[in-house]
Amino acid sequence: MKAKVTVMPKKTVLDPQGVAVRDAMRHHGLPGVGNVRIGKFMEIEVEGADEAQLREICKDLLSNPVIEDYELHLEA
Amino acid sequence: MKVAVIRFPGSNCDQDCYHVLKHDFALDVEYVWHKEASVEQFDLIVLPGGFSYGDYLRCGAIARYSPVMRSVATEAQRGKLVLGICNGFQILCEARMLPGALIRNRSLHFVCEHVHARVENIETAFSHAEVAMTNGKLLTARTGLLLRMPIAHGEGSFTADPETLRELNRANRVVLRYSDRRGAISDDANPNGSAENIAGIVNERGNVFGLMPHPERACDPLLGSEDGKLIFQSVIESAGRKAGSRSSVGIRTGL
Repeated sequence: MKAKVTVMPKKTVLDPQGVAVRDAMRHHGLPGVGNVRIGKFMEIEVEGADEAQLREICKDLLSNPVIEDYELHLEA
Repeated sequence: MKVAVIRFPGSNCDQDCYHVLKHDFALDVEYVWHKEASVEQFDLIVLPGGFSYGDYLRCGAIARYSPVMRSVATEAQRGKLVLGICNGFQILCEARMLPGALIRNRSLHFVCEHVHARVENIETAFSHAEVAMTNGKLLTARTGLLLRMPIAHGEGSFTADPETLRELNRANRVVLRYSDRRGAISDDANPNGSAENIAGIVNERGNVFGLMPHPERACDPLLGSEDGKLIFQSVIESAGRKAGSRSSVGIRTGL
């Protein structure tokens, strides 16, 4: 099984990386660039775990719920 | 009284902490490797600064799962004092032993400079003491006292939801705030974008303290400041009282 995990900073949390990239894109001739937010994408090969266990690890280790949200997609 | 300085792979302020506790405060200090199962025998636990596990995933996120951290949490629940400096603060937040989180500095720069941190609460175990400087002058805790200490971090911007911030303020759990040299709390004096200039907080019970400035790098006139001694003197006196130690704990006077 393959687990694909996307971790993004919460909307309410300042993302200075996103702001810097947005500004750089505008300087590169794309004045229409709006909000940019930068997160992480993880691909995990795993056997013998169920979705509940994976959600647990997403919440406890792979993301920090104080500042981040995660999405989990499972592929057979 | 026995003090543990926990070492994670990537800790790099462990020796500074050890030096200060051993040589400036004449304490019985031991390094404790993160694989150790117990810190039960210690009266004070220090989580030093550094880059535990290379800051992979998030600062402190992996160190939080080190075997020793289970025991650190247990001992904190028993009321032992825990001091987390810089990466130690990040680890305590990741371990949910302190609220909030430390995220990338607003400027994106790694900031390495001396700052002023204003003492907001002198009722805590970490900020109440009086300590003698090398020149014989006394540094006495008072609300509004400015401590000049270095910071050195890329991820030191304290963030928490509004409810948590309200609770920290209501319960007077903000111990230090970044200020200018006159003690004014302003955005200009905020080196990393921390919410409300927060530089250090305690947990609800008041026995776990995390701060981004480095008091261990501010304990010798050769380093430009001795103000960090106030933090160590406070925590050592508090831990000594908890340990029921009758031996005098305090700074070694003279050279």
